Amino acid sequence: MTHHLDGNVLAGALSEVFRSDVTAARGRCGGCGRTAPIAEAMVWTDAPGLVARCASCDRVLATVVDTGDRVILSLAGLSAVELRR
Amino acid sequence: MSFVTRGFSGRRREADPRLPPGQTLVQDWPVLSAGPTPQVDTADWEFTIRDETGADHRWSWDELLALGVEDVTVDIHCVTHWSRLDMAWRGVSLDKVFENVESEHEYVMAHSYGGYTTNVPLEDLLDGKAWIATEADGGPLDPEHGGPARLLVPHLYFWKSAKWLRGLTMMPDNDPGFWEQYGYHLYGDPWKEERYW
Repeated sequence: MTHHLDGNVLAGALSEVFRSDVTAARGRCGGCGRTAPIAEAMVWTDAPGLVARCASCDRVLATVVDTGDRVILSLAGLSAVELRR
Repeated sequence: MSFVTRGFSGRRREADPRLPPGQTLVQDWPVLSAGPTPQVDTADWEFTIRDETGADHRWSWDELLALGVEDVTVDIHCVTHWSRLDMAWRGVSLDKVFENVESEHEYVMAHSYGGYTTNVPLEDLLDGKAWIATEADGGPLDPEHGGPARLLVPHLYFWKSAKWLRGLTMMPDNDPGFWEQYGYHLYGDPWKEERYW
């Protein structure tokens, strides 16, 4: 049985990349248009990287691949991310 | 300053020559998944190869099996550092599947139920190097392991052996699939440790 966690599990990996806590940020799904905090995404962790999917339509919103000396981040499935100052 | 005699505390365990660099032997079969597990009944399952003309070559489950299912014993190497040796599979050779498919294109994109994709050069799928696997460890492939059918390309890292296989599309260029877009190597040879970009 494969399982997923919520978007809070992304906090550690993304804290290396962003100044603010991105899991609290709102993101817009590039597929269905749902706008919700990143923390509400479904995140698959038993994979070669972290895979965050839209809670409404399953579209891949973001991926994080940790190579050891690099972090390769994709936010390609998000049409916009709202970061609070 | 201490002086350590080489070999004093026993020989370092020799590396298993069948394990590529950076791999650890496991006896179980870890489940890796990038999304929900599709549940596909063999009665509904269909496999398609799309060539450059846009023509589809289709096989139902029974038509696929009728091409001939063979026993395959191979080693599996996952990019997340585990390997299994002498794993027993059954499946249909892609040589049989491609017997009546004409294409000038040299690359293939594998597509899965659920939307996963991975790219493989055509030559890596032919000449006895790849199968559509329908059984493993003595039974039908569980959905969590990619059943009813998955690609089996054991000489490349296991992310290339796409679970829930539904089709192959011929490509003129080696376009990246899912993990290949997101940081993993375009080819993925475990003996060269081709893990990432």
